[in-house]
Amino acid sequence: MAKKLMKGNEAIAEAAIQAGCRFFFGYPITPQNEIPEYMAKRMPQVGGCFVQAESEVSAINMVYGAAGAGARVMTSSSSPGISLKQEGISYAVGAELPMVVVNIVRGGPGLGSIQPAQSDYYQATRGGGHGDYRMLCYAPSSVQEAVDLMAKAFDAADEYRNPVMMLGDGMLGQIMEPVEMVSPREGALPEKTWAAGVPENKGRAVINSLFIDPIENERHNQLLEAKYQAMRERETLSESIGTQRAEVILVAYGTMARICERAARDAQKAIGAKVGLVRPVTVWPFPDDAIRQAAAQPSVKRVIAVEMSAGQMVDDVRIAVNGTKPVGFYGTTGGVVPTVQNILDHIQAALKEGN
Amino acid sequence: MEETLIIAGFGGQGVQLIGQLLAKSGMMEGKFVSFLPSYGPEMRGGNSNCNVIIADEPICSPIVSQASCVMALNRPSLDKFEPSVQEGQTLLVNSSLVDKKAARSDIQALYIPANEIAQELGNVRVANMVMLGAYLGVSGSIQVDSVMENLREMFGERRAGLLPVNREAIERGAACAREQRG
Repeated sequence: MAKKLMKGNEAIAEAAIQAGCRFFFGYPITPQNEIPEYMAKRMPQVGGCFVQAESEVSAINMVYGAAGAGARVMTSSSSPGISLKQEGISYAVGAELPMVVVNIVRGGPGLGSIQPAQSDYYQATRGGGHGDYRMLCYAPSSVQEAVDLMAKAFDAADEYRNPVMMLGDGMLGQIMEPVEMVSPREGALPEKTWAAGVPENKGRAVINSLFIDPIENERHNQLLEAKYQAMRERETLSESIGTQRAEVILVAYGTMARICERAARDAQKAIGAKVGLVRPVTVWPFPDDAIRQAAAQPSVKRVIAVEMSAGQMVDDVRIAVNGTKPVGFYGTTGGVVPTVQNILDHIQAALKEGN
Repeated sequence: MEETLIIAGFGGQGVQLIGQLLAKSGMMEGKFVSFLPSYGPEMRGGNSNCNVIIADEPICSPIVSQASCVMALNRPSLDKFEPSVQEGQTLLVNSSLVDKKAARSDIQALYIPANEIAQELGNVRVANMVMLGAYLGVSGSIQVDSVMENLREMFGERRAGLLPVNREAIERGAACAREQRG
């Protein structure tokens, strides 16, 4: 298939359509508005349904309803809107409903700014809403990867009967890059014998997250935990670039990883240090093993987490490295994007300090 | 080859359009490309810019901080982005709207009267294409034909009549830039 220059937001929306998503409920917010805009145009063309709800709370509960009836469904928003959706996401996890939630992150807290940020990492990787839960969370670094992961996201949501989050940022949403669009999903969608309103399901289908008996609630939570364990074992994804015999290992995800990749590639020439990069593709489950292995090399003096936040993923990096090597952090917040030079300067200063 | 561009001007001058055209044309020629627009509560008359990269190798960071070419279509863009031009590289100034000269002497600054040329061609709206042409004329990274092919696709049959004036604008821009460069 020929490549097409596509905006991140539009490519994510089209990939969802190709993956068989036929229901979209959302509410506008920058910098993800091109997703609902595109869906408003495309859904009627493919016999799907687009509703602009009166609020994010409404939208996520429409998603809950459609998912409960067995539909392949998604919503998208940006940071403040995702906060509003958290109650619904928690309910969906409790009721074991598959859905895809896209978060094109902007600066926070509160209304913050509308520029790229990664300040929703804790929210995305620790469940976000109330209760003891997790979501498979993809963090693509390019438009092509976002497209490829969208198809996976819907299948994974169905497989685990759990919401899946796509975590991008304003840069990923707004950038245009050449994309080879995924082919339409082949074959029937997975059968959902548990769904409500499916005629061939004899008897009542109950979609609920209420377990009034604590013993029963715990049993349910153990069942959820078993799913998270399966995700940890089977779904963890990462990419390691130039990590062999590196002095410094950078850890960064999403668009930040692209800027770090440039810094890593330029480091030898610019500051005379060999720098590698581990890029988590899933931020939950977190690729502990890849980071631990890279950091364990005798050549590695320091591991540095680089984020567009005040330091959130760095906690997971510390857990992975587990005290075996010093872990540093470099970050910017509020919609400010670090430059390659900022990162190189930080590495140089950190190496000097360490010696 | 890695061309790193910052294209900036007033919203409505068509800076996003020429950025997209360059990225699409680069893609058509089999190169790696990225197009990153500024975004926000922007409006016609406000400032607007975009970063374009055209390269032989896969692109890591899509952000341009050190540009091989800055196109400044208005005065605020010159003030803001002149420092971003790499030493020895090109600054293209729309001298119809910018009465100031570049402050730096370590870059190649070329002054293109884009609005005047467009007016001479009878369509002031092609001023952005004059600037695009100036870039094509001095960089040689993208073929004029690739840009025209993309314009043809964009215009469709209904507006195909606009193609000749756009080509003329590109060629005039290219000639003007080449002449100044000597």
